[in-house]
Amino acid sequence: MSTLSLQDVEKIALLARLYLTPEEKAKYQQQLSDVLTYVEQLSELDLDGVPPQAHAVAQQNIMREDEVNSTIPINKALGNAAATADDQFAIQAVFDE
Amino acid sequence: MSKMTESADDMTKSTSPFLSLTGLRAALRDGSISSTAATEAILTRIETIDPTLRSFVTVTAEEALAQARAADQRLANGEKTPLLGVPVAIKEILCSEGIVSQAGSKILEGFKPPYDAYVVSKLKAAGAVIVGMTNTDEFGMGSSTEYSAFQTSRNPWNIECTPGGSSGGSAAAVAGGLAYGALGTDTGGSVRLPASFCGIVGLRPTYGRVSRWGVIAYASSLDQVGPMGRTVEDTAVMLQTISGYDERDSTSIETAVPDYEAACTGDIRGLKIGIPQEYFIEGLDPEVKAAVEAAIEQLAALGAEIVDISLPHTKYALPMYYLIATAEASANLARYDGVRFGPRVPGKDVIETTMRTRALFGPEVKNRIMLGTFVLSAGYYDAYYGRALKARTLLINDFNRAFEQVDVILTPTSPTTAFKIGEKADDPLQMYLTDIFTVSLNLSASCGLSVPCGRDSAGLPIGLQLIGATLQEETILRVAHAYQQATEWHTAHPPV
Repeated sequence: MSTLSLQDVEKIALLARLYLTPEEKAKYQQQLSDVLTYVEQLSELDLDGVPPQAHAVAQQNIMREDEVNSTIPINKALGNAAATADDQFAIQAVFDE
Repeated sequence: MSKMTESADDMTKSTSPFLSLTGLRAALRDGSISSTAATEAILTRIETIDPTLRSFVTVTAEEALAQARAADQRLANGEKTPLLGVPVAIKEILCSEGIVSQAGSKILEGFKPPYDAYVVSKLKAAGAVIVGMTNTDEFGMGSSTEYSAFQTSRNPWNIECTPGGSSGGSAAAVAGGLAYGALGTDTGGSVRLPASFCGIVGLRPTYGRVSRWGVIAYASSLDQVGPMGRTVEDTAVMLQTISGYDERDSTSIETAVPDYEAACTGDIRGLKIGIPQEYFIEGLDPEVKAAVEAAIEQLAALGAEIVDISLPHTKYALPMYYLIATAEASANLARYDGVRFGPRVPGKDVIETTMRTRALFGPEVKNRIMLGTFVLSAGYYDAYYGRALKARTLLINDFNRAFEQVDVILTPTSPTTAFKIGEKADDPLQMYLTDIFTVSLNLSASCGLSVPCGRDSAGLPIGLQLIGATLQEETILRVAHAYQQATEWHTAHPPV
């Protein structure tokens, strides 16, 4: 039985940069605990010496020539941005002035 | 059977919305139908029926009619590209330049992709007419379309039921005669499950067979675009069109694309079909079980050899899936911060703006981002994510061993037929369990499809899953086609 505390949920939400309401925090505390309990089945398996597999079809070192290709023009790349300035994405200041 | 259609010969001379894709293609080529007329008929049908089915989020009538007129010009010149003039639909998780594609999410509301996905450019090159973007669970995370931020699609066989998900909009559109074929994406079963629930064919290609370029990402080691059609041949034509190597996807497999239509020979004599006992478990609906067993008998009668096999790690596939998929999702979805695309919800500083913007994610997406973030976090990585990756090796070994014995593995696609809208929406774990028979394939290097094999006493379709080894799409198409030649499930259409 896995249980997460409310503090755990708040920590994960901060790591994931998710704003949660108090109701959401309580809900995810329950739902995540349920799912973690469910996935604990994996601890039944003896995995000593078993190599991990990150992809179904193992491929390594896919190389290509470093050639100049067409890219998206700036106006198109910026077309979906909430704010732009001088042909760039605009965000709030990160540091105090 | 409820409502049978007229014979194939009659259908090719009409604009029946339930004509097969290959049938329509023949009619377009011999000039008995124009693409403009076929497209107009589909658009009218969407206008009439889709307010009920809610399968399309965006209908691109103007663009479709322009594509249809261009196709008619090319048809008049005798051109024969594979989908020339054929109206199709695509899931709104694929990028089509300038057409709103939101992946079912408020965080991408109004997003107009600046380029075409590989599969969309292939459809366009093949001459397809794209009639619209279909509904999906948000970022493909769901099994019913109920987790779409915009609408819940309905099952054409019973509008109180879900069409399955996440490619439920595409499945409902194809089953309801609103498109002659469609594309979905399949990360844990999202093409096969809705195909099963809606009584159509849906195929999940081998990972790497189809480029993921321009597919809005959910879990990158599992995502794959898959075709959906009312017949196996239709699905083969769609698969043919979207397959191929693409250097912009580093996991794309560089190998020749076989002739998938030619694989539909009808001859399966001597093929070995494996039946894994682990899929015939408690919780499998007796009517589904009976239909699948009847299909096994049918395939044996067609000359296939039936072999009992074991895939011992089957029950661990779903736990693995929810650790791996959510871990990958938490990384992939980190890009949604209100800077490059989607709305921005302002806060007092950059961090608060990011957190408030990301509150636009729906409840299930937040749930999966939280789970994925947790299983990747310091102190828990080895216990959860690391364990799942090792267990994945055991699952892949299961399939490798099985495919030394047999050519195809046969299972039910889902333990049940379509469930009611609202039945599982508030219980994520119950929703996850609907994918219990489909996720193994995504974690391994197999391909698979769902083909209709019956209907339950409520009249809802039942799906048969056929699983093939790496890049053996031809084999599963061959078996499904032979089955479809011997049965009539695909000729019945829903009452819409």
